[in-house]
Amino acid sequence: MRAFDYVRATDTREAVRLLADDPEASCLAGGTTQLDLMKDGVLQPPRLIDITRLPLHGIERRDESLHVGALVTMEELAADTTVAERLPMVRESLLLGASVQLRNMATIGGNLLQRTRCRYFRDPTVPECNKRAPGSGCAAVQGAARMHAVLGASERCIALHASDLAVALVALDALVHIQGPTGSRTVPLTEFYLTADVSPERETVLEHAELITGVEIPLPPPAARSGYLKVRDRTSYEFALASAAVQLVLDDGTILEARVALGGVGTKPWRAHAAEHLLTGAPATTATFTEAAEATMQDAWTVPGTAFKVPLARRTLVRELQTVSGVTA
Amino acid sequence: MTRVTNASRRDTDDLPAVIERVVTLTVNGRPHTLRLDTRVTLLDALRDRLGLTGTKKGCDQGACGACTVHLDGRRVLACLTLAAQAEGRDVTTIEGVSGTDGHPHPVQQAFMEHDGFQCGFCTPGQIMSAMALMAEGRTGSDEEIREFMSGNLCRCGAYPNIVAAIREAAARGGHDARL
Repeated sequence: MRAFDYVRATDTREAVRLLADDPEASCLAGGTTQLDLMKDGVLQPPRLIDITRLPLHGIERRDESLHVGALVTMEELAADTTVAERLPMVRESLLLGASVQLRNMATIGGNLLQRTRCRYFRDPTVPECNKRAPGSGCAAVQGAARMHAVLGASERCIALHASDLAVALVALDALVHIQGPTGSRTVPLTEFYLTADVSPERETVLEHAELITGVEIPLPPPAARSGYLKVRDRTSYEFALASAAVQLVLDDGTILEARVALGGVGTKPWRAHAAEHLLTGAPATTATFTEAAEATMQDAWTVPGTAFKVPLARRTLVRELQTVSGVTA
Repeated sequence: MTRVTNASRRDTDDLPAVIERVVTLTVNGRPHTLRLDTRVTLLDALRDRLGLTGTKKGCDQGACGACTVHLDGRRVLACLTLAAQAEGRDVTTIEGVSGTDGHPHPVQQAFMEHDGFQCGFCTPGQIMSAMALMAEGRTGSDEEIREFMSGNLCRCGAYPNIVAAIREAAARGGHDARL
């Protein structure tokens, strides 16, 4: 690992200033991505700014939204009573991710910014990676692709965004609060991520000296039902091959409101607007669900190793729509 | 408290080989002040500088759980925690869990009685994780134990006996496990 300077920031403005002063500096929060990739030599920041002591640890309910500090851990958010009562989909997505040890370390801000698990990205001895070296190509497209993306993917890059939490949060239209050198701004999570077919080297709209300070989650209407289904190679402690976050408001067999997002298949957490459009106002039937799932996956871009994900993601979404609606016919 | 050896990094293409920092770690209730390379993880500080080799280095990339320790009472992975990040926090390792009388912790006792290991390499991490599991109240069923112990891998496959040990420790009132 390359040597680095370690600085512990004590307030948010100071952290932003330290970042602005050094274009190569990186933040350190839970460290579960940052230190891992530094050990692999993928990231080599000359300076780490430890932000874990910043006052961004609170969870606060204000009216019908939940404000979550960026440094709240995954375990802390999963244990929150409002999350348990009003955001079961968020709770499920958290508890189905990683292990307890990692969830005690990983922060909500860091989870949103986690880097891909693509083995070619994570191996600096592989020369072709448009994320690490723009213009160099993509080794995964010709390689052993399995844990890779099919939506927002192209021959330029098929790196998967592996967060479960972010899938639930894009479905819920969560907002990201950001502080930068010239002030603060709020970005909808659905507009926060860029797709790898457009910009493999740039994954979010976050600028270098900007810091996520928190996430705001609008609470669903009390009548909403929701759930998160994760399909993977083993029962626990594994990344998704496909996952679906679904929230429905039903009235006498008709879908009044639908929120749908997919994980395990996108170069970003994938909000399925096409599915929502087809579901809204339609009868809650398996035929409707199938149509919505087909519409979501019709733009998939696959390589031989990832082709299985198209039917898998369709079935995953249909299954979760059935589970949440209680309709299996 | 960061000391840069060699030339300032901004004066050369390469960074200095070593950037050091004085770090005070509180481990098993005792403070230790060390001068450490900033790259040193909590795991390496425990093993190589403090001689506390009970915490094991398995994968060193956050996948196996062998390095599980408690930080302020919560289980974390020492391999993905910088020693500097643990400053001001209470670190508990496997060396710190037995009673002052030298008797094993009830979870350690249960692992011995149920043969909850074969080679033993993952065992300190399993025990640190199991103690935290009980404090978290996640021992309601074998299924729950398995799910919330899934971050600790055992290459020998001693899982059935590990689950049996935890089940019994919890039944004996292990919620009072010292953390």
